[in-house]
Amino acid sequence: MANEPEYLDETPSQTAGPYVHIGTVPNFLGIEGVYAEDLGARMLDEHTKGERITITGRVLDGVGAPLRDAIVEIWQPDAAGLFPSPEERRGAADPHFTGWGRSACDFDTGLFRFATIRPGRVPLPDGRLQAPHVNFWIAARGVNIALHTRMYFPDEAAANAEDPILARLMAEGRGETLIAEKTDEGFHFEIRLQGHRETVFFDV
Amino acid sequence: MSDDVTPRPRGSFYPRRRDDWHPPALAPRYRSSTLRAPRRALISIPQGWGEITGPVFGQNMLGELDNDLLRNFARPGESPIGERIIVHGRVLDQDARPVPGVLVEIWQANAGGRYRHKKDGYTAPLDPNFAGLGRTVTDAEGHYEFRTIRPGPYPWPNGPNDWRPSHIHFSLFGSGFAQRLITQMYFEGDPLIERCPIVNTIPDPAAVDMLVARLDMNASLPMDALAWRFDIVLRGRRSTYFENRPEGN
Ligand SMILES: [Fe+3]
Repeated sequence: MANEPEYLDETPSQTAGPYVHIGTVPNFLGIEGVYAEDLGARMLDEHTKGERITITGRVLDGVGAPLRDAIVEIWQPDAAGLFPSPEERRGAADPHFTGWGRSACDFDTGLFRFATIRPGRVPLPDGRLQAPHVNFWIAARGVNIALHTRMYFPDEAAANAEDPILARLMAEGRGETLIAEKTDEGFHFEIRLQGHRETVFFDV
Repeated sequence: MSDDVTPRPRGSFYPRRRDDWHPPALAPRYRSSTLRAPRRALISIPQGWGEITGPVFGQNMLGELDNDLLRNFARPGESPIGERIIVHGRVLDQDARPVPGVLVEIWQANAGGRYRHKKDGYTAPLDPNFAGLGRTVTDAEGHYEFRTIRPGPYPWPNGPNDWRPSHIHFSLFGSGFAQRLITQMYFEGDPLIERCPIVNTIPDPAAVDMLVARLDMNASLPMDALAWRFDIVLRGRRSTYFENRPEGN
């Protein structure tokens, strides 16, 4: 159809499989000397503006066992709510913040870990302000298309209450699954793939 | 910033065809999905700044051998065992426009079907000259290229006698985090493709066909390496920000 506008289908997803570490976090796996360091291992430097926080967590399967072979990535704005991306048009983000982190789950404990800052608030396209949150992306063996979710903060009650997306989920009884726990070390976020407290995953 | 110099303001992504194109979360013939597939429907939310933006990776972060798996781990003067190949192609969006600046990360087994990974216990030996990882960033026309060896098929614990076809794992970053994609590339003519439970999580044969690289004699190097062509399509974007609402409102 020469006159039809060309429109292609997206390349379909396939699972990352159990050996995703080789390509994404080789140094973590013990393959050293190919890449100087694993991408996404460092989000900050000493000049980054904002409150330093640590986010830990686990991804739990249908019987509550932590995934020990998953890769977790986060994407978040800086302390002022701006994303360090060429697609950001509202202003210049903090040049000392990458906004993007990648962590493999620990081979023994299943824990992922990010050293980051508390994100600023970002408006929805209609202008309403969202509560501070961190975007999560999870890939693993057995996950056919990677999962998108969000982590909100337990100590942001006022902002959480006016977040349009979170408010809708709270009304449906599922919003709590997106709120991290405060711990001595920072924040802890359990992501449940199944079960009565199954985490909310998004089609974005 | 209404006078910015970018050629085209870019907005939200086209919806993903999750029902009949991408594999469903739960695909019981692929056993690992049974305890790991979310059982509840995904929740649709409007794409905002956090979805249409994404991290950026420049060519300047790459090492000289990052896309040359024949050399990025081999001892001086040695090279990996196996069929030497070039894997190349273009990354396009759904409007068939090239996507520059895409970080492409790959990983694969060696010629015997063995991964350099502590959890891989397959009998086939490791190759001391092969790590099985590479990365590159697409150029202005969306092109990428790797040099590697053709990975071997391998058995895996799923059904009583399941084998993976030869494949290369791909991870891609577009310009927005909602374009993030992980997939696998197969080789045209491999009789294991149609027998693979992971391939068969994809419902539509036309979708599977997009994952099958074609032998590309024109790009092969005489007396050196055969070439395989694998083009990749990432989600397209609408041409305006957030439909009819300009930024700043
Ligand atoms: Fe594999």
